[in-house]
Amino acid sequence: MSRLIPEDEYGKRPVGAFHQWMDGVRDPYTGNVEVRTDVRQEEESEEQLREYQEEVVGVIRKVHDTANNNQYTLFRKFYRVAALLCCLTLTVMLLITVAYLPPVGSTDNPAHNEVAAKYIEDGMQDTGAVNIVTGMILDYRAFDTFGESNVLFIATCTVLILMRNDKKKGRGSAEEEERRDSFYEPKSDRILQTAAMILVPFIILFGIYVILNGHLSPGGGFSGGAIIGAGLILYLNAFGFEKTERFFTAKTYKWISFCALSFYCIAKSYSFYTGAHHLESGIPLGTPGDILSSGLILPLNICVGLVVACTMYAFFALFRKGGF
Amino acid sequence: MQIFQYILLAFLVICAVSVSFSKRLLNSILIFMSYSLIMSIIWILLESPDLAITEAAVGAGVTSVLFFATLKKIHAMREEDEEDHEQTDSRR
Repeated sequence: MSRLIPEDEYGKRPVGAFHQWMDGVRDPYTGNVEVRTDVRQEEESEEQLREYQEEVVGVIRKVHDTANNNQYTLFRKFYRVAALLCCLTLTVMLLITVAYLPPVGSTDNPAHNEVAAKYIEDGMQDTGAVNIVTGMILDYRAFDTFGESNVLFIATCTVLILMRNDKKKGRGSAEEEERRDSFYEPKSDRILQTAAMILVPFIILFGIYVILNGHLSPGGGFSGGAIIGAGLILYLNAFGFEKTERFFTAKTYKWISFCALSFYCIAKSYSFYTGAHHLESGIPLGTPGDILSSGLILPLNICVGLVVACTMYAFFALFRKGGF
Repeated sequence: MQIFQYILLAFLVICAVSVSFSKRLLNSILIFMSYSLIMSIIWILLESPDLAITEAAVGAGVTSVLFFATLKKIHAMREEDEEDHEQTDSRR
């Protein structure tokens, strides 16, 4: 059976003390625990203050005053002398090496061997390409070019990892970043847009011409792709992301890169396989000089051009916006 | 033609040195662009038009544009930004 106890006695009990503490009536610590307020001696004498100030100034001088710091000046002098010595040593070494290089255009040079002779003499019959350079990089050395295309793809992946902006809305999202980035740029500039309208079709047409005529005239996949990429960047700068996103998104980039690289890989694997086993590849070389000639070089040029053009555009879009 | 090549090579060296000595980054990039352009002309004179096309498209075009975008991102083109700020302030 419970009984009523007076208020004072209830407050002294643990349960009561807890209740009072909870209600904020009484702090159980006041009066029970020795509490000393943190009172600092504020009345410092003038002398102490001056001493203190001098100490601070002295420390600052020791740290930041490089003119009076002997160690620092010594290090600076040593650093300059060492840098100069390193540069001079490197220059002298390189100059000595250059002096030992064979003279330009001499017939005894190590570069003038049977490989180069074979490329120049039999290049047109072997590859069917009038442009020997393209015949070399897309037929004799096609594996190297495949590696180059993959390097470009990996470079885009790296930029994607570093610069990707996945946020859809709010602060720091891709759209917000893009707006902040181009805040001081003129919107829908008449001069730029007119110039782009006239120039971009010609630039892209020229790029396509360079790619398609890679085996006939100077140029090829890489040059033509770079030209098309530059044209796309000009178009993007003139008209903004809304216009370009109608035909080029991350999905487009993924599919174009994937298809082009895998086609290159399969086609070249086939020709390497047949070539290594001395089989007939079944790909007609055509008459040298025609646009549809030289076997696999034309499709491979188109593949490389597509990958390069997409990569150039993707770089710019990632730098500007963090996505595309 | 020989003299023309020598002039171009001298320009190349001057450009290469002044890229590192110019104070403003924007000027450095413009000089770098001209370096690539001169280099592409030299490639044509060395009879390799393949490389000339690539150099003109990549070196003078895309690389410089990427540099400009980077400068804008790191706010290195500050003077122009400040001028724009002042203009917008005065408009208000």
